[in-house]
Order: sequence, then structure tokens, then C-alpha cells
Amino acid sequence: MALLRLEKLHKRFGGLKAVNDVSFAVNEGQIKAVIGPNGAGKTTLFNLIAGSLPASSGSITFKKWQLRRKKSYQIAALGIARTFQNIKMFNGMTALENVMVGRHVRSGAGFLSSMFHTPWARREEKEIRDRSMELLDLLDIAECADVEATSLAFGQQRAVELARALALEPDLILLDEPAAGLNIYETAEMGRLITRIRDLGITVLLVEHDMSLVMDISDEIVVLSFGEKISEGLPSEIQNDPEVIKIYLGE
Amino acid sequence: MMKKYLPFLPLIAFVVCVHLLTSWTGTLYYLTQMTMSAYYALLIIGLCVVMGYAGQISLGHAGFFAIGGYLSAALTTRNLLPFEDTAVLRMLDALGVLMKGQDIYGEVIVVITPWAACITAVCVAALLAFFIGVPALKLKGHYLAMATLGFGIIIYRVVLASEYFGEADGISEVPPFVLAGSLAVSGDFSERISNYYIAWVLVIAGVVLLRNLIDSRVGRALRAIHGAEDAAGSMGVDTARYKLHVFVLSAVFAAIAGVFMTHYNGSIGPSEAGVMKSVRYVAIVAVGGMAHLWGALIMAIILNFLSLRGVFGSYDDAVFGLILIVIMLFAPNGLLRINLRSKLQAFFSRAKRAEEV
Repeated sequence: MALLRLEKLHKRFGGLKAVNDVSFAVNEGQIKAVIGPNGAGKTTLFNLIAGSLPASSGSITFKKWQLRRKKSYQIAALGIARTFQNIKMFNGMTALENVMVGRHVRSGAGFLSSMFHTPWARREEKEIRDRSMELLDLLDIAECADVEATSLAFGQQRAVELARALALEPDLILLDEPAAGLNIYETAEMGRLITRIRDLGITVLLVEHDMSLVMDISDEIVVLSFGEKISEGLPSEIQNDPEVIKIYLGE
Repeated sequence: MMKKYLPFLPLIAFVVCVHLLTSWTGTLYYLTQMTMSAYYALLIIGLCVVMGYAGQISLGHAGFFAIGGYLSAALTTRNLLPFEDTAVLRMLDALGVLMKGQDIYGEVIVVITPWAACITAVCVAALLAFFIGVPALKLKGHYLAMATLGFGIIIYRVVLASEYFGEADGISEVPPFVLAGSLAVSGDFSERISNYYIAWVLVIAGVVLLRNLIDSRVGRALRAIHGAEDAAGSMGVDTARYKLHVFVLSAVFAAIAGVFMTHYNGSIGPSEAGVMKSVRYVAIVAVGGMAHLWGALIMAIILNFLSLRGVFGSYDDAVFGLILIVIMLFAPNGLLRINLRSKLQAFFSRAKRAEEV
């Protein structure tokens, strides 16, 4: 069953067609990868789905909701979490606090209950803290909990960002180049982690440059080039698709 | 639980010590400026949350202070007797918000009670903050600074031009604000000590509330907005709404400070609404270290106290302008965050090297 469906999606920046008539679906419980050369429009596509950019035309359906006119915070509340290509940690906050922000849509204390520190708000705060700590544990970075997130090593920041996205308890997680900047061991570890996330019942859509990772873990692959979808299929099909080989290797 | 309230002990000790010290040395008059500084501090800690935690600058906080002060002053001094037979006044009377007073000639007048005036003033300030904030905070960047600057100038010109608000003279003869029993906010010398404590109870309550806010889900959301706005959005934080709410909250703090200060002074004048006052508040938050509630509080007390004692003479506004420039250049994280030891070490090692050469 399709969890996310893109139909005839367009994004124009002036005369440039960054995303041009892209349609595909992401089925529940699968890992789907979007690949393509630099400038193919992969990150733009992510920004359209996550609501960071408005689409020029087309539709994005998640479960029964139309996402196109929704703001990013509303999309997050519906159950779509994302990570960023250039990790975006919250400055001046510890790793744990970063993950706790991820619990935002799953908690409800407002200005008044926070200011007056009501018993209800205190209970919720404890729940947020415990749940976030569990996630840091899951990603093996519990010992970094009280370290300022921006001062952590790159790989650890990636893990914190992932924990933050998981804290939202999403049904769909968008990973923008999760292996960028990681060495081969860390990349393999990231691959295992992504598979584990899928096994938790979370559907994964990822953009990635590392072909070995993509071919290893993906259930299905979409190939973009100059904003257009040129191929879609199983990893084995994509590997043997002459169109794909042409854009990656030239003629 | 206890640990959270530990930092308040030195503050309370300081407040009590100042009282004891001044009464022991016969310099109780210092408490007047300490009380006024405390009310300014109430405004400044509210502004600190807007600037340091939500990352927005307001150049209109003197405007919100003035709305609080002027509305409560006008409502509690302007005679409503000529409107005695109107339906509105009868309704107000039924609500119990009218009281009898005396004007400067000893004539009996009918005015609004301070409690009702206070609530009205705070609500008006909150509403205005809401209407300025809605469009300004939807946009990223410093649109709020622009919008509030304009707002501050409008408020200043309005109180200066309007007869109702006393034009250049402001409003005087503001009655005491009876809080409960014999406890009243007024400039009466016999109530100087109780007023000193009223002001400080208000400030400490304000700091407690804001500290709680910062250490909560809402505070984390605000800091996340400041840290990386788009990432906060994709974590489900409605950034515009949070910035708006915290701005309105700070306007409420400013208005309450204005109401209390006006009853304490017994008067308010247009200088309280001036744009330079807003700049001064921004400067003090910057000196305190933006995202540093305690720093803002400490600097608010020190600088306002010095200013009110007239230490800066007629260069008052210039001093605060200069402070803002110097802080931005040399200590953008605030005066209390400068790492003095490393600075000194750097200074001395440089001096030593110069000697060796």
C-alpha cells in the first residue's frame, strides 16, 4: 500500500525546472532510495515533501492527506520526520535536548503549564526525557547526552539527528544523504541502522550518493536526472538499466 | 527540585541585605531607585526571553511599558462623572470597577479602580503586541525590529499629542494601587520598604516563571528556533506561533512593569515612551548576554540604578548607546560571559613578549 504518493510534481526556480513532472509512490514498510547525479533535484524533492519549499504544481499525498499546501510543522505533526544533508543541530543545546525537541509534536505543554510547572507538565517532561534517553541508547550515543551537540564528532551528530527524527515517532522518515561525510565503517553501520529503523515499522525514503549503501539496503530505487525521473525499480534492475548507466558513466 | 531554586537564595539574600544595610546606614532613600530599577528589570527579563531565546529584537518595549503606565494612570485619574447617566457607566458601576477619588482641587471625581485599570492596560498591551507580531513574525529576519520601532514612535507621538494623556506634562496624581489590605503600591515615604519588597517579589516571581518556561517543552522549542529555524519547523515546531506568543508574553511583562511603576511614582511622562528607552532596554539585555536571564537581571539593576542616581548625568542616553556599541564589538555574549582569565592571560603574555623583545 502506498504511504506516500507523488503525482506530476513540478518545482520551477525562475526558468530552471528543478523538479519536472516527477511521480512515484513509496509503499509502507519499504526502504526507497532516490539517486541521481549532482543537481538532479533530489534535495529539492525532499524539501517539497517536507514542506520546506512550496511545489509549483502537482500533488503529494501522505496517507489520506494532501501535503502540498501544508507548512513544514504541520507535515511533521502528521508523522513525517527528516534529517538534513548538512546536519542541522540546534546550537547551544545538548544532544539530549536536541532529541527532546523531536518529542515536540508528541507532547502538549503550553506556555502557562510550562511557566507554572504544573504536575501534569512535570510528568510529561519526565516522559520526554526518558523517551529521548532511550533513543540515544538505541543509537549508542547515550554517553554524549549532556554534551553540546555542535561540539560532537560528525558521525555522532548524524546519530543525534537520527535520534531526533525518530523521537517524533514518524511513519515516514526522510534521510538526506545519511552517509555523507562518513567513512566506510560508519557507512556500513549507518546501513544497518537504516535497516533497523525499517524493521521498527518506519518507512524510509532516502537520498544517497553512496551506491554500495543504496544497492545494499534499498527495496526500490528511483533515479532522477535534471529534475526528471528516468527510471524506477529494484536495485538489480537499476544496475542494469542502460539509461542509468548512461547518466552515471556517460556514453 | 531544590536545586532549581538554589540560585534564588543569593538573590533573596541580596534584596534583604540591601534593605538592612540602607536602614542601618540611614540611607533608605536608595531603596526608591532600587524599587524603580526592579520594575525596569521586570521589563528587561521579558525582553531577554524574546531576544536571547526566540532570537527576535523588539525596539518598542518602552511603548508597551508606556501603554501599561499611561492607561492605568489615565483610567484611575480621569473623571467619569460627566458620563454618570450613560449605560456604559452604569454597567461599569454594576461590575464594581468604579471608585470615588479627589482631583487636585479636592473635587469629588469618579474613576476606574486600579485593579480594573491594570487588567485593561495589560490586555491592551497584549492585544497590540499580537497585532504587530502576527504579520511581522511570519517573516524570517528582523521585521519585528522594524515594526516595533514604528510602533514605539507612534505611541510616543500619541501620548505627546493627546490631551487625554496629558501631552508633554504626562499624568500625575495617580492614586495608590491597593493590592490587599494595607499593602499598596504608592510613592508614600512611609511605604517605601513595603514597596521595595513588592517590586522584588514581582521580579523574583517573573524570573521563576521565565526560568520554568525556558526549561520546558516551550523553552526548548524557542531555543530550537534560535538554533536552526528550518530544522525546528521540520521537527513540528510552529515557529511563527511560538515567536508570537513569547513576544506577547514579554509585552505583558512590560505593561505590568509600567502599571506598577506609574502607581509607585504617582505619575508618568512621555519620556517613558521614548524610543531611546527601548534602545536602552535592548542595550541592557545585550550587556547581560542575550540568552542569559540572570545576566539581564543583574545588569538591569546595576545600570538602571546608576542611571536613576544620575551617575551618567546628561549623557544618559549617549552612555547606553555607547554600551550597545562596545558590547557588540568586544563582548557579543555579554559582560558576564567574558572569559576574564583567558583575556588577562592573553594580555599578560603579550606584555611579556613585548618585554622580551
